[in-house]
Amino acid sequence: MDVRYINPFIEAVRSVFSTMIKIDVTLEKPHVAEILPRYDISGIIGMSGDVVGSVVLSFPAPVAKVVVGKFAGGDFAVTSPDFADALGEIVNMISGAAKAKFEGKNVSISTPSVIVGSGHTVTRPTGTVCISLPCKVYCGEFSIDIAIREENRQAKAA
Amino acid sequence: MRIFIVDDSKTMRNIQKSTLATLGHTDVEEAGDGQDALSRVDAFNPDLILLDWNMPVMDGITFVKQYRAKGRKVPIIMVTTEAEKSRVVEAIKAGVNNYVIKPFTPEALSQKVNETLARCAKAA
Repeated sequence: MDVRYINPFIEAVRSVFSTMIKIDVTLEKPHVAEILPRYDISGIIGMSGDVVGSVVLSFPAPVAKVVVGKFAGGDFAVTSPDFADALGEIVNMISGAAKAKFEGKNVSISTPSVIVGSGHTVTRPTGTVCISLPCKVYCGEFSIDIAIREENRQAKAA
Repeated sequence: MRIFIVDDSKTMRNIQKSTLATLGHTDVEEAGDGQDALSRVDAFNPDLILLDWNMPVMDGITFVKQYRAKGRKVPIIMVTTEAEKSRVVEAIKAGVNNYVIKPFTPEALSQKVNETLARCAKAA
């Protein structure tokens, strides 16, 4: 995957966490990931258009509770609709902010989905390599896993 | 001052409501998609609409086009993750009066609300 598509996610995670969650986040070196996701709770968003694939924001439950609590202002059970709504909005903002920096690309994002449960897996879209961005906050770690590729629309139309 | 918030995320509606409350605006109605908003907006008769773009059932840009087609002139601020210049231009052409990109600070949203209300009051 082109690095042009990774840097926007790094900037977007920093921006969303500093602006709306008010937690300092440190991003570590991106790496190729095979088995996804690593943690208990995942917020997933799809991309379509000139770039296709998925973005998964994955947290251990205790970290997700802190992050969602800081964002939405409350203590939510991880199985509650309000928890899923808040986590979905976080992955929505990160993906939206990132795709705005895909220069010259017309990309749409889907409505987010949230999966809760340890051991769940998310299938990587066909033809994509997944790049995982490990992130650290004061209460633990989480990751953002990006599996996207450019869509060759001319070839598809031919 | 009556303000209508249209966003499919309850969390985001609550964040916007909190910001509006700090400005003294507590007469707020909410909808979770454009279709629901369109069916209730005239009954609420708002002075300002805060509108998300990406929503299920009916998105924000479709809401704007249909609402403006009815001749309604209530100011609309699009509050969205859609940050590309082409999207902003599309929204303004459709009849949006101002634009806030998520993520935003409470100060940024407050500024746009005040600015939009002042601009529209002057134009009236």
